[in-house]
Amino acid sequence: MNKHVIEAYERGWMLFSLAMILVFLVFIGYTLSGFAFYVPTAAERIDPTKVRTGGFPAPHVEKVGPGKYQAYVIAQAFTFLPNEMHFKVGDEVTFYVTSPDVQHGFYVHGTDINVQVIPGEIAKVKTKFKRPGTYMIICTEYCGIGHQNMLGKIVVEE
Amino acid sequence: MATLARKDEYADFPVKKVSLYYITLAFVALLIGTLFGPFQAFNYAGVNLYPVLEKLLPFVKSYYQGLTLHGVLNAIVFTQLFAQGALLYLQSREMKLLPQMGVAWFSWWLALIGLVMAAIPLLLNDATVLYTFYPPLKGHPLFYIGAALIIVSSLVTVYLSVELWARWKRQNPGKPTPLVSYMSVVTWMMWAVAAVGLVVEAVVLLIPWSLGWLKGVDPLLARTLFWWTGHPIVYFWLLPAYVTWYGLLPKHAGGKLFSDPLARLVFLAFLIFSSPVGFHHQFADPGIDPFWKLVHTVLTMMVAVPSLITAFTIAASLEITAREKGGRGVVGWITKLNWKDPVVLASVLGAIAFIVGGAGGIVNASFTLDYVVHNTTWIPGHFHLPVATAVTLTHMGLALALIPHLTGKPVVRLPLARAGIVLWFTGMMVMAVGMHTMGLMGVPRRAWISNMAPNVRGAYSEAAGMMVLNGIAGAILFVAAVLIFYVLFATLLQSRRLPPEERPEVGFSEALSGPEGRRSVMVMDRLFFWWGLAYVIVLVVYMPTIVRIWSTFVSAPGFRLW
Ligand code: HEM
Ligand SMILES: [Cu+2]
Ligand SMILES: [Cu+2]
Repeated sequence: MNKHVIEAYERGWMLFSLAMILVFLVFIGYTLSGFAFYVPTAAERIDPTKVRTGGFPAPHVEKVGPGKYQAYVIAQAFTFLPNEMHFKVGDEVTFYVTSPDVQHGFYVHGTDINVQVIPGEIAKVKTKFKRPGTYMIICTEYCGIGHQNMLGKIVVEE
Repeated sequence: MATLARKDEYADFPVKKVSLYYITLAFVALLIGTLFGPFQAFNYAGVNLYPVLEKLLPFVKSYYQGLTLHGVLNAIVFTQLFAQGALLYLQSREMKLLPQMGVAWFSWWLALIGLVMAAIPLLLNDATVLYTFYPPLKGHPLFYIGAALIIVSSLVTVYLSVELWARWKRQNPGKPTPLVSYMSVVTWMMWAVAAVGLVVEAVVLLIPWSLGWLKGVDPLLARTLFWWTGHPIVYFWLLPAYVTWYGLLPKHAGGKLFSDPLARLVFLAFLIFSSPVGFHHQFADPGIDPFWKLVHTVLTMMVAVPSLITAFTIAASLEITAREKGGRGVVGWITKLNWKDPVVLASVLGAIAFIVGGAGGIVNASFTLDYVVHNTTWIPGHFHLPVATAVTLTHMGLALALIPHLTGKPVVRLPLARAGIVLWFTGMMVMAVGMHTMGLMGVPRRAWISNMAPNVRGAYSEAAGMMVLNGIAGAILFVAAVLIFYVLFATLLQSRRLPPEERPEVGFSEALSGPEGRRSVMVMDRLFFWWGLAYVIVLVVYMPTIVRIWSTFVSAPGFRLW
C-alpha cells in the first residue's frame, strides 16, 4: 500500500474519532439541560458518629407543601430507616440520606435516584413519582455480610 | 566427583529469568482469583454453591470473601505482575540492554512479600473489604501494608523502565525510541501519574488508621483518592495488551503494523488523559462539585479517542495482512489470518470483546446515563469485556508464546489451550448479555443474591430468565479456565527443554509507515516533558476538590461488618 494512502487514512480516522467525541459531548449537554436532570449534591457534611444522636433529624417523611415532601432517611447496616414510605402519584419528594456506619447505596428502582451514601455526607436527591406501584429501594454498595438483604420499598398510590 | 551444577538456562540474557518469575507469579494469582469467578456467576444465576465451596476450601467463609480475593488477585495482582514481567522483557530485548538486574529482583521480592502479607488476612476473612476497600469498612493492617508493597514494587519497575530508556537514549542520540520500548515506558510513566492517589490514600490514611494511629478517616476523601488511581488503573491493565496488539500481533499474523506514529500518538494520549478523569466513577457521589464532574466527563471522552484509533489500526493491519495472503470479500479475509497462533487467536478475540465493551463504556461515562446502571450488575458485565476478556486473553496468548521463548519449554497440548481461549471468549460474551440485562432490571452488583433472607427472597424474580445465562456462562468459563490453566502450568512445570537453536523467537512488528524522518515522532519522543505535563494536568483537576474536602476532614471510625 502506498505511503500517501496510509497517511490519508491515518488523518481521516483521527478526525472521525474527534468528531464522534464531540457528538457524545453534545448529547450529554442535551440530556443535562433538556431533561431537567437532578444531579446529587451534598446538602452538608456531618459527623457520622452523631447521626443517631441529634446530628441528623430522626428518620421521617414530612409534608412541606401541596404534593411536596421531604424524607429523612438513614441507611445503616443492613436496613433503611424508614424502610417503607408511602406517596401519591405526582408527589415530588426530596430525600436526604446519610449513613452512621459504612457506605451504602440508595437506589430507587424505576426512578433516576441512585446515590452513593457516604458517612460524612448528607446526600440530597429529588424525584417526582409519575406512576403508581411498589418501588424497591436497593442498597447498591457492599456494606457487609447482610448487604444482599438491605432492601426497602416505596409504595405509590393513585 | 561430577559437578552437579545446573546449567543456567538464562545465562544468555538474565532478564529472561526475572520476567519468567513475574509471569509465573501472575498466573498463580490469576488461578486462585479465577477459581471464584464461576461461583459468582452461579450466584447471579440464583444458585448458592458456597456451602459446597466451604467444604472443599474450609477457609472460605462467605461470598464476599471470595469476591475480595477475585477482585484483588485478578484485577490488581495479575495485571500488574504480568505487565512487570512482559513489558520489562520486551523493552530490554528490543533495546538489547539489561535493566538493573539487582533492582529487578528486588522489585519481584517486594511484590511477593506484599502479596503474602495481603493474602494472610484475606484468607483468614480479616479483610473482606472487596478490592475497592472503601473505608470505613476496616480490614486488618497487614492487608493495607501488603497492598501498598505491591504498588511500591510497581513503582520500582517504573524506575527500571525509565532508567533503561534514558540509558538507551544516551547511547543512541537523535534516534527515535523503538516502538515497543516507547509503548512500555509510556505505560509505566502513565502508571506513575495514576498511582499517586492510591499511594497517598494508603500511606496517609488507611495504614495509620488500621494501625489505630488515626481515629478516623474521611470516606469521601479516601474515595476521591482511590478513583484518582481507580480509573487510569484500567489503562494500566489495557496498555500492556495494546503493546501486544501493536508490537507483536501484526508480526504473528504474518504481516505488518499499519502505522508506527499512530501507535505512539495513542500511547502519548493515554499518558496525558488517563488520570484526570476519576470523577466519572463518582457521578453518584454527593460532595463533589458538578462543575468538576463535567470537566472529568469531557476528559473521559478524550480518552476514548486513542482507543478508537487502536481499533482502527489493529483492524487495518490485520486486513492488509490477510489481503496480501489472498483474502477476499468484506469479511471473508478474516479466514486468512493465522488462527493457529495463540497470540493471534487470543488477541483478535480479545479485541472483538473490547470493541463490544467499548460501546457500553460510553454509557457508563456519560454522566447522565450513569444513574441507571451505577453499581448494578451492568458494571461487572461491562468490565469483564475489556479486562477479563481483552486483557486476560491477550496475556494468556502472549504467555503461550513467551514461556517457550523464555524457558525453551515447548507448549504442552496447544489445541487444548486454543479450545480454552475460544470457550473463554464465548462464556464472557454470554455472561455480558446476562449481567448487562440484569443491571437494567435493577439487580445490584456485589450482592449474595442466592442467599437472601426469607423476608426479601424473590426480590429479583423478574430477572430469572437472564439468570439462566449466567449459569451457562459460569459453566463454560469453568471449563475454559481448566483447559487454559492446565496447558500453562503443564508447560511451565515440565522438565523438557528444546535445544537453544530450536527455541522460538519473539518477533517485533515492522510498520508499513515507520517512524523514520517524521518530525512528530521526535516531538513525541520528548517523554520527560510529556510526563511532567501529565502531572500538571492531574494536579489542576484534582487539587481544588481534594483541598476542599481535606479542609473539612470528617473523621469516620472503622467497622467490621462481615
Ligand atoms: C472464570 C472467569 C470469571 C468469571 C466467571 C467471573 C465472574 C464474575 C462475576 C459474576 C462478578 C460479579 C460479582 C459481584 O458483583 O458480586 C465478578 C466480579 C469481578 N471480576 Fe470476575 N470473573 C471471571 C474472571 C475475571 C478476571 C480474569 C478478572 C480480571 C482480570 C476479573 C475481574 C473481576 C473484578 C475486578 C470484579 C469486581 C469485584 C468487586 O465488585 O469487588 N474476573 N466476576
Ligand atoms: Cu449494602
Ligand atoms: Cu472509569
